[in-house]
Amino acid sequence: MRRGRLYTHAKMAITRADVEYVARLARLGLDEQELDRLTSELSHILDAMQALRQLDTSAIPPTAQVIPLENVMRDDVARPSWPVQDVIKNAPATRDQEFLVPPVLD
Amino acid sequence: MSNQELTRLSITALRDLLHRREASALEIARAHLERIEALDDTTVRSLLTVTRAHAEQQAQKADERIKAGEDSPLLGVPMILKDVMITNGIRTTAGSKILEHFTPIEDGTITRRLAEAGTVLLGKANMDEFAMGSSTENSAYWPTRNPWDLDRVPGGSSGGSAAAVGAEFAPFSLGTDTGGSIRQPAALCGVVGLKPTYGRVSRYGLIAFASSLDQIGPFTRTVEDTAIVLSAIAGHDKCDSTSLNASVPNYADELHKEPSLKGMRLALPREYFGVEGMEPAVDASIKQAIGELERLGATFEEVSLPHTQYGLATYYLIAPAECSANLARYDGVKYSSSVREPGANLWDVYEKTRGQCFGREVKRRIILGTYALSSGYYDAYYLKAQKVRTLIKRDFDQVFERFDAVVTPTSPNAAFELGAKTQDPLAMYLNDLFTIPTSLAGLPGISVPAGLANGLPVGLQIIGRALDESTVLRVAHAYEQATEWHNQRSRVAQL
Repeated sequence: MRRGRLYTHAKMAITRADVEYVARLARLGLDEQELDRLTSELSHILDAMQALRQLDTSAIPPTAQVIPLENVMRDDVARPSWPVQDVIKNAPATRDQEFLVPPVLD
Repeated sequence: MSNQELTRLSITALRDLLHRREASALEIARAHLERIEALDDTTVRSLLTVTRAHAEQQAQKADERIKAGEDSPLLGVPMILKDVMITNGIRTTAGSKILEHFTPIEDGTITRRLAEAGTVLLGKANMDEFAMGSSTENSAYWPTRNPWDLDRVPGGSSGGSAAAVGAEFAPFSLGTDTGGSIRQPAALCGVVGLKPTYGRVSRYGLIAFASSLDQIGPFTRTVEDTAIVLSAIAGHDKCDSTSLNASVPNYADELHKEPSLKGMRLALPREYFGVEGMEPAVDASIKQAIGELERLGATFEEVSLPHTQYGLATYYLIAPAECSANLARYDGVKYSSSVREPGANLWDVYEKTRGQCFGREVKRRIILGTYALSSGYYDAYYLKAQKVRTLIKRDFDQVFERFDAVVTPTSPNAAFELGAKTQDPLAMYLNDLFTIPTSLAGLPGISVPAGLANGLPVGLQIIGRALDESTVLRVAHAYEQATEWHNQRSRVAQL
């Protein structure tokens, strides 16, 4: 049973700096322990992904959706939306029927 | 009839009782609720929320409709919904702390359709957080346990939904399947579980994990019951732009049309057999099942789905990428949970709320997904995975030119012990080896009970062409009726 630092590699597929950067993009607060753990776990996972490189997909189109639907539209007709009090019902903080948030800029 | 006798019954048997006025919907609802209240906490722990008052109200309405002479297939039938489907005024958590106090302001389409059909909602089922997992150990609340052995997992991510049906808390429940999250827990809990064709069932009101993969589907104890539920939930929805505009057959009627499997051409993909990590007892059950299908008149041929081995890597790039986008909305502003420290700005609220209220697996997948989509890596990871997805789909298309259905094991193993696979994410991901390719190709797949391996349930998977749930159900039904597995009851069911 492997414990502690599970995976050691000569070259990490993803670095700690990468994980920090990506965490910032995803607005995900991670502590030092988590950063370490995720770096080694994700490195191991991404290593397993390298198998995809074996395949020649140069002439293969990507599949984003398996169904043959495109641009499903409806008529641009205005109709009632939700009452405001329902929309803000789950808000952790509100003021004057609006979502209340701390300042964006310092 | 005693409570015990009522809660054993299938949908069709309950409907029979209701129609003949031998039991009321209220009596039936109460029988199931009492069973849940007596057993759930101390056995499987399948439910996050029990909706007694709501259930009794719905049961009373169903009784009025029955009294007025209505006879529809789900009228008065109790059921459970995976807590990833929004329910108006009833807390919906997606198994996460970030939605711990979230109360939706409307029903999702499927919730609404089932309510209109006269079903009775007993409660919301536990699940791996945001549907990410294969054991329900990633629930932010508690792990659900397997009704056959309480030290073992029920599978995931729809573990609560599967365990509840296996424990006879309801004749049916709904779960969701993105990479196997209905089929795998169905196999591990000894019940029937179906993932419909992508687009067959509306996703409006389904808390999204991976939008190109998610599908809602039923858990039942008989294939006929699955056919009934599928007819009620399938069909186009204008609120879901990925839902297909295709007619919905009466799947239950079709089951009875042709009982024999003579002339049915079934394919056995060699990549799903003799795999490292396949438990011998599971393998033996599947071989026996194949023999049974042959006795029923089906012919088998070995085929190849050559890109099967790339399924896991493909899925674990596409699904996390899509989830990273779908979970961006949980920001501490709109959905109740929020971490706001003195002096914090908005970015702090985002980071702290998401950092503290998301669990490990969710964070892992958000980071993986964001990375795979980020500039410089998009082509190598996400785009590459989408191209391999095309290859995987083409493998199936080619096989379906000559065959009616593909038959495989659902899972390489029977239920494992709690904690056995939580140390290594990749070990956990391997549970979905046989279910993932079907999801990537958008095809329908069912898991049906196929015996026991050392006393634990084994599932047989049947995969069909897109929108050909009828064939899948037909094969599954014929197999079920020729075997005794659907009459075997879990340990908790017998309590």
